[in-house]
Amino acid sequence: MKIGIPKEIHPGEKRVATTPEAAEQIIKLGFSVLVESGAGLGANISDEAYKEVGVEIVNNAKNLWKKADIVMKVRAPERHPELALDEIDLLSKGGHLISFIWPAQNDELMQKLAAKDATVLAMDSVPRMSRAQKLDALSSMANIAGYRAVIEAAQHFGRFFTGQITAAGKVPPAKVLVIGAGVAGLAAIGTAKSMGAIVRAFDTRPEVKEQIESMDAEFLMLDFKEEGSGTGGYAKTMSKEFIEAEMALFARQAMEVDIIITTALIPGKPAPKLITKGMVESMKPGSIIVDLAAEQGGNCALTEKDQVVVKHGVTIIGYTNLPSRLANQSSQLYSTNLRHLLTELCPEKNGVINVNMDDEVLRGATVIKEGKITWPPPPPKLSASPAPQTEAPAYASVKKQKKSIIPESIKQLLPLVIGGLALFGIGSVAPASFMSHFTVFVLACFIGYQVIWNVSASLHTPLMSVTNAISGIIVIGAVVQISAPGFVISVLAGLAILIASINIAGGFLVTRRMLEMFRK
Amino acid sequence: MSQSLVTMSYIVATILFIFSLSGLSNQETARRGNYYGMLGMAIAIIATALSASVTSYAILVIALLIGGTIGAKAALKVEMTQMPELVAIMHSLVGMAAVLVGYANFMDSSLSLSGVEKNIHEVEIYIGILIGAVTFSGSVIAFGKLSERISGKPMLLPGRHWLNLGLLIAAVIMGRLFLQQAETGGGTFPLLLMTIIALAFGVHMVMAIGGADMPVVVSMLNSYSGWAAAATGFMLSNDLLIVTGALVGSSGAILSYIMCRAMNRNFISVIAGGFGTGSGGPEAIIEGEVTPINAEDTAQLLLDAKNIMIIPGYGMAVAQAQHTVNEITKLLRDKGKKVGFGIHPVAGRMPGHMNVLLAEAKVPYDIVYEMDEINEDWGHVDVSIVIGANDIVNPSALDDPNSPIAGMPVLECWKGETTVVLKRSMASGYAGVGNPLFVLENTRMLFGDANATMQAVLKALKG
Repeated sequence: MKIGIPKEIHPGEKRVATTPEAAEQIIKLGFSVLVESGAGLGANISDEAYKEVGVEIVNNAKNLWKKADIVMKVRAPERHPELALDEIDLLSKGGHLISFIWPAQNDELMQKLAAKDATVLAMDSVPRMSRAQKLDALSSMANIAGYRAVIEAAQHFGRFFTGQITAAGKVPPAKVLVIGAGVAGLAAIGTAKSMGAIVRAFDTRPEVKEQIESMDAEFLMLDFKEEGSGTGGYAKTMSKEFIEAEMALFARQAMEVDIIITTALIPGKPAPKLITKGMVESMKPGSIIVDLAAEQGGNCALTEKDQVVVKHGVTIIGYTNLPSRLANQSSQLYSTNLRHLLTELCPEKNGVINVNMDDEVLRGATVIKEGKITWPPPPPKLSASPAPQTEAPAYASVKKQKKSIIPESIKQLLPLVIGGLALFGIGSVAPASFMSHFTVFVLACFIGYQVIWNVSASLHTPLMSVTNAISGIIVIGAVVQISAPGFVISVLAGLAILIASINIAGGFLVTRRMLEMFRK
Repeated sequence: MSQSLVTMSYIVATILFIFSLSGLSNQETARRGNYYGMLGMAIAIIATALSASVTSYAILVIALLIGGTIGAKAALKVEMTQMPELVAIMHSLVGMAAVLVGYANFMDSSLSLSGVEKNIHEVEIYIGILIGAVTFSGSVIAFGKLSERISGKPMLLPGRHWLNLGLLIAAVIMGRLFLQQAETGGGTFPLLLMTIIALAFGVHMVMAIGGADMPVVVSMLNSYSGWAAAATGFMLSNDLLIVTGALVGSSGAILSYIMCRAMNRNFISVIAGGFGTGSGGPEAIIEGEVTPINAEDTAQLLLDAKNIMIIPGYGMAVAQAQHTVNEITKLLRDKGKKVGFGIHPVAGRMPGHMNVLLAEAKVPYDIVYEMDEINEDWGHVDVSIVIGANDIVNPSALDDPNSPIAGMPVLECWKGETTVVLKRSMASGYAGVGNPLFVLENTRMLFGDANATMQAVLKALKG
């Protein structure tokens, strides 16, 4: 099948859905690839680079859409500014489209696509599960957005990120607050941290605390118990009390930090307003807010979509095209995500896709199948999380208490006392000859105890086989008796010798065999 | 040879045995240690044979030759994966020998003792035979379980603790009877009866112990075989036997203790048998979906990783995969990766089982680590491969107080980047415990026979 990559037409969109590297891999899957002339220019990829790997360059968008069986894009289809018609109209009847769609927000678009009998896979609807990670374009784009957010902040921030003590005076490190520690948040934390800033982060989901701390940032704890995890690893809307506590925390932090990066999003809802006008006013002049939720209305009350504004001395950055501002990098990651999706779609590697609706990943991504709207998909199977067990630890501690009715000190003394009494008992009746043997016995036990503790754990098996051989020393007992009067005794002793010597020979030889094998 | 000379030889033999055991403290001196042991044994046997009390050599030499040949053959033939069975069956031989020597000594009327000395001597015979018989039957059952001739599942008779207690009381009563009758020269009947009781006790004890507890059982029987030898030594007033028996006995006891500690179980509860019977409350239910992976992707994962840890378990022994694992290790090390092996103390069916298998496959022993050495470092591990292990990598041992293995220290491989688990199918482990590790997000399941899948990974790594 032919895969077409048109030039993106959204204003300011510089990404391209397939890079030459990805195209090469896609061709290996049996597809042929067409690219609209100039599609890669925004991401610094020339037509020649595509041609080199065997991609056909098509002059204009119309031709490309007509020729392609599958169209892969970044942005959802929209009105073409030069041709004065919708991209959807260019899509051939019954064709395939793979791009970001946002079906929840774009109902009209969905209807139009369905009317075209198209099969549409939305990169934003790929289910969040381990197997689908390699085609999770949201994560790869969020990663870039998080990185770029820090870079944008740095550009507008009038100071170093890192603290320095120079001959010209002391520079304090910048303090960065990241709200929402999803993929973008974590990327922002990592970037800001590596530039030397002091980074704090907040998230409603307590399980990300570890992730934040693993990035060496400080997790701001909220003294409030409420689970903020919704399904599929996303956050959910919190209770009123929680939000109040949260806002108080942000208000305190706003006065202290230099840069706030907000990434708080709740799926299918407008972004929560976390930074109020008052908080912005309380920030130090020259501070920066980067609002990654600007597209969904912004986490900051004063954010203006796609604009950089200065209000009350605070620069508020509301870019919604941060990934596009790192066009080459995002094109690379996005095209790799697409390539992985194609690999899933075409397991036979024969250049024909099979939208297998039994496959959970493909089922999730497919929003329209041959003109039928299949969005939203059935809920994904539960991600594995251990059942809550608040009761259990209490039970265990009760059990422990029960056990220790006897005081610990007596417990420790008990064996000694018993041992002492036993020894006393033996000593009071035993004859002298027994006592000398007993002395030897006890001392030998102690020697054994001291010696064995030094044996390396890796040699425990050889230890067992060698002690086994040594315990064949019982042969001595039989040898002594073999000459005693009586036929039966001789036979018994003879048998014992036979058996014990199996032990001796077997034990030593197998130990030797094993030890020969231990080599550095 | 005079008695003094014999005693002197015994002292030399004793010292050589102690050297032999202390030689095992590390790999460099271990081989020398083994030779010390052989030398000590040779000196002891020759000195005894030459002593005044031995006059007939025909049976002695023939028995030694036959036994030695059988032993040597077995030692050279045995597969390293069968070591636990071999060790178990050899324990039973010691037990058997102790019983035989005990009976022979009982029948030997040439000794003339009287009063307390005679009583003590009879007690010694009695105890020697008792320990010997328990060791013998227990080891035979352990051998059966290890070689899978007997089911590895614990056999729990109703009221088994009472049964044990009853057998113990019966043994004590028999002992009293034996002492009374021995005064008058009889006592054969109670002795025989006691032997049967002891045999039954040994069988019952080991039958009740689950397969996962086998390392404890094997080392416990090792200890018993030592005590049997020591008891025989008391019986014959032979210090060499006493010392050697005590050495072996304490060695086995320490090993049992180490194994119990590694499973966070107390010795009594292992011996009393029955796995997981003491825990209250339901276990946390494990739900979720496993993420399968194929050999090619595993190979890719390994190629992308820097720091790799391999965790072998009994499954590796069963599949005989150690050689393939070694080849993979070599290949990866040649590519500059850091490869290590993490060994749980109770991995396999006897103490140190995994180390021997890896050594057989020529894995260098300095990259084989004990659990305590590596359990802190999982954060730096990119990929860990679990080969045929289950309970020793089970996170519920740490976080589910109702799990039958709660509190047992485990290899915390899930703290690494990715864990690949090789498993035949989705069945629970030997202890019958479900494992939440399999459904963790950073775990990949590689299904199939461990050796076959490892071969496939090796092929993918090469190609």
